[in-house]
Amino acid sequence: MDGNDSRQRRDAAMIDGAQVSRRSIVCGGLAFALVPALARPAQATPAEMADAIRELTGGTAVKPGRVKLVLPELAENGNIVSLAVTVDSPMTDADRVKSVHIFSEMNPVTTLVRFHVSPRAGKNPTLLTNIRLADSQRVTAIAAMGDGSFWSGETSVVVTIAACIDGG
Amino acid sequence: MPQPTRIVMPTSAKKGEVFQVKTIIQHEMESGFRRDNRGLAIPRHIITSFVVMYAGGEIFRADMFPGVAANPYFGFTTTAVETGEVVFTWTDDRGDVTTERRTITVA
Repeated sequence: MDGNDSRQRRDAAMIDGAQVSRRSIVCGGLAFALVPALARPAQATPAEMADAIRELTGGTAVKPGRVKLVLPELAENGNIVSLAVTVDSPMTDADRVKSVHIFSEMNPVTTLVRFHVSPRAGKNPTLLTNIRLADSQRVTAIAAMGDGSFWSGETSVVVTIAACIDGG
Repeated sequence: MPQPTRIVMPTSAKKGEVFQVKTIIQHEMESGFRRDNRGLAIPRHIITSFVVMYAGGEIFRADMFPGVAANPYFGFTTTAVETGEVVFTWTDDRGDVTTERRTITVA
């Protein structure tokens, strides 16, 4: 008898549990339906990256070369990806690097980081940092030179675990 | 509130020598794109500016965006000009400033 009682109680509890979870499934479903529409951060697109580059250069043509961007080919964790960028320049008054800009085509914010380089950096300056990558993508580095020219280097990275941007 | 930092650079150098400086500062660099477990956006909190001054001039500056990893790390080079202080300043978007100083002896 005792065994039967406890089984009945257990059955009742299961039914209760089922009702609660049915309700929560409905709510949960609604939440899931709403969240992506409201909350997903806009991801940049290659077109937005091109816009950001145009904003920097003011329409001056960017020549490929002189900039060597080194990122791992395969980044296991997009939250921390080591970046090294070297610009070929003698760093004289006539020919020097003023700034280096790193652009992403998939992160929510296109510009990742901007380096301002001093004339005292020494020839062929190398800059190091760690960046976040929201997805596998192409990363572009653009160097602005003292003479007003722009040079670029790019590299592609495969990201296994993307940096946290929720809703995505 | 100043944050813990670590700076690696030589304590002495020959005049004209190019030396490397590496810095790291503890900071969450909260991107503003994440959500907590109630689905609310976690407000952005990032360091936006890092400036290094030495021998009367700016030797390095970085503008940071949410795409910089937590605990921002930078490596750069500069030329030994004179014996003096190298001053590192990080500023975040809540106005918190961390300043560090290192002395380099130039022979």
